[in-house]
Amino acid sequence: MWLFNSSVGRKVVMSVSGIALVLFLLFHMSMNLVAIFSTEGYNMICEFLGANWYALVGTAGLAALVVVHFVYAFMLTIQNRKARGSQRYAVVEKPKNVSWASQNMLVLGIIVILGLGLHLFNFWANMQLPEVLHKLGMHVEDAVMADVANGSGYIAKTFTCPVYAALYTVWLAALWFHLTHGFWSAIQTLGVNNKVWFCRWKAIGNVIVTLIILGFFAVVVAGYFGLGALGTIEVAAPAACCAPCC
Amino acid sequence: MDKNISFTLKVWRQRGPKAKGAFETYQMKDIPGDTSFLEMLDILNEQLVNENKEPIVFDHDCREGICGMCSLYVNGHPHGPATGATTCQLYMRRFKDGDTITVEPWRSAGFPVIRDLMVDRTAFDKIQQAGGYVSINTGGMPDANAIPIGKDVAEEAMDAAACIGCGACVAACKNGSAMLFVSAKVSQFALLPQGKVEAKKRVKAMVAKMDELGFGNCTNTRACEAECPKCVSISNIARLNREFIKAKMKD
Repeated sequence: MWLFNSSVGRKVVMSVSGIALVLFLLFHMSMNLVAIFSTEGYNMICEFLGANWYALVGTAGLAALVVVHFVYAFMLTIQNRKARGSQRYAVVEKPKNVSWASQNMLVLGIIVILGLGLHLFNFWANMQLPEVLHKLGMHVEDAVMADVANGSGYIAKTFTCPVYAALYTVWLAALWFHLTHGFWSAIQTLGVNNKVWFCRWKAIGNVIVTLIILGFFAVVVAGYFGLGALGTIEVAAPAACCAPCC
Repeated sequence: MDKNISFTLKVWRQRGPKAKGAFETYQMKDIPGDTSFLEMLDILNEQLVNENKEPIVFDHDCREGICGMCSLYVNGHPHGPATGATTCQLYMRRFKDGDTITVEPWRSAGFPVIRDLMVDRTAFDKIQQAGGYVSINTGGMPDANAIPIGKDVAEEAMDAAACIGCGACVAACKNGSAMLFVSAKVSQFALLPQGKVEAKKRVKAMVAKMDELGFGNCTNTRACEAECPKCVSISNIARLNREFIKAKMKD
């Protein structure tokens, strides 16, 4: 299978899964912005997604994309390190047009996936997961079940905690670096590029990626400072991690 | 007239492919600025021979930037700090008095060191032999300009054909990828009607050979393009990807 056996094929898998994940981020960011304007509106979206079959299919698809992207990233890195050889250069100077992000995609990717773990713990484990468990007939606390669609509540609860707000900011920054290289690189790997479009794709990528990250960051800021509709939510207890530190 | 400079030279010495190498330091005195880098190594080798020491082994041939034989990773750059030039076109006036200049061989699993600064680049010949040619059924001489080719296409094919196969792209790449070389060789034919006939077969064969020889996967860092002495563009890599994906889709 050429998607596994050839170097170009392996990169095609990376770029297609990467672009699909960027499209998902675009959707997720647009959805999050609603929370700044209307907490009820946001909770309606959460209700609409929840543990419905289409949301579950979507989640499974996303999980598969992340796994594929992650596994291939490690496979490619191992092969590339082997191709580089065991003897390293004594002096290395980075040429001007080589971006820092492009040389550190794996490290940035690892930060992104750690952030994803934190994110699943903060939100998914309180929202979709208990609903799925409940549907499967397992026992879930009534208090948890009552809040499975209370996305706004969880946003307010998480981001009022400065530690979480800071961690999410670092996560978003790493994601920005990862995607500024990832976007045009994916297009280049698919071969939809030439001398003229090179600059255009880079600009298009930078705009899309910056908008995505700013959108996500706006919700973190709004949650932390209690701006917009998120300010109307009373946070009863700070999130779990913050109990000892704040 | 350029000034004379004195500097410290750190050169990688290695007896053979399996031997363990190490840097050796040489003091160079009063080297004229208009000496080329390779001439400077000639001067050093002459001194070493006179002292009954082994001269430094390095590749070179035409010494005018077209044969692709010279290599050398000078101060962190393949072909040294100059852009759009090979090592033989690098002159000592680029360095300052008192500098330390570090000279290493190309380092990549695909290019094993033969001795000192000389590496084995036959992998490129093997990739080229896998498909980097056009088959012609010989017959009567075809008329000139019988197949019209647009000026822009001809220029682009010519730019790709400027690749001298020196291997600086592999040396510069953190992934040891040969994509810039292979893409230039694929592009120079894929762009022209004469090469289009075998385009699918060619791209598949050359990429397969490149992978088989253990070159890495391209991650588009653009280091190859920056260090290429012939300024071959990574738009060729996009073309290679396009040709390869198209060929595989057809199967």
